[in-house]
Amino acid sequence: MVEKAGNEPTGKRTTSERRSEREMVITRTFDAPARLVFQAWTTPGLFKQWWVPKSSGATLLSCEQDVRVGGSYRLEFAHPQGGAPMAFFGRYLEVVRDARLVWTNEESADGAVTTVTFEDQGGQTLLVMRELYPSKEALDIAIEGMDEAMPETFEQLDDFLLAMAAGAPGR
Amino acid sequence: MAQYSQSRFDASFGALSDPTRRGVLEQLMRADASISDLAERFHMTLTGMSKHIGVLEQAQLVATQKVGRVRTCSLGSRRLEEEAAWLENYRRLWAERFDALDTVLEDLKRKEKRDGRKSGQ
Repeated sequence: MVEKAGNEPTGKRTTSERRSEREMVITRTFDAPARLVFQAWTTPGLFKQWWVPKSSGATLLSCEQDVRVGGSYRLEFAHPQGGAPMAFFGRYLEVVRDARLVWTNEESADGAVTTVTFEDQGGQTLLVMRELYPSKEALDIAIEGMDEAMPETFEQLDDFLLAMAAGAPGR
Repeated sequence: MAQYSQSRFDASFGALSDPTRRGVLEQLMRADASISDLAERFHMTLTGMSKHIGVLEQAQLVATQKVGRVRTCSLGSRRLEEEAAWLENYRRLWAERFDALDTVLEDLKRKEKRDGRKSGQ
């Protein structure tokens, strides 16, 4: 049983870095082949199970992914505070099965272009995600906005992980 | 301690209450600048801009360094702390997602093992 009280186990740590004025880079290693990580990223039924942070309180209302070059995606969320659903959408610019995805984020005029690479390392996968913003200001605003949208506490995450660890496979 | 942070809070709050000073911070987020650059950009006298910079400096929102005759302004430690906090939240968002993805992957691996990997996949 893995202890998840704030510290992630070594080797599974998510790192993030502001690589340049307009680029964020996130890395993470998964204990599964790239084929499965890619599948979990590109299959709506699976994607829904992990994309929405429990601590955000948001729920994913719908998720459409037409994963091919030029295909579009659309995610709609309901926020616990109510109001109109929030939509995130864009197009896939590059799709290389089990290896690489590039998509646009078109819900705002200053959205990033996101590139994710899945590198198979003998049964494990090194995932590198880059978000390239059109300008430094666009990235500053995105980071600031996200900060406001995220609650400070992550207690819900612990509950979630405990519940998931307790079973319920094939949810 | 509490009093110290209260005064620090007041200083920040006062510093940020002025639109020119907010503009200066935005400008410094893009690049360092000298006081005369800033004075020109905001159509002010050097003395006027120096006063604004003094207020921002007191709140640790701006740091200045004098090289020769030029005083260069950059973001202060306070501003950088805030930026670091944003980055940490960003990392946490992804860490949270990826921890949930681990669970999905464990399920997938279990299913493959149970069903045997389909050929052609």
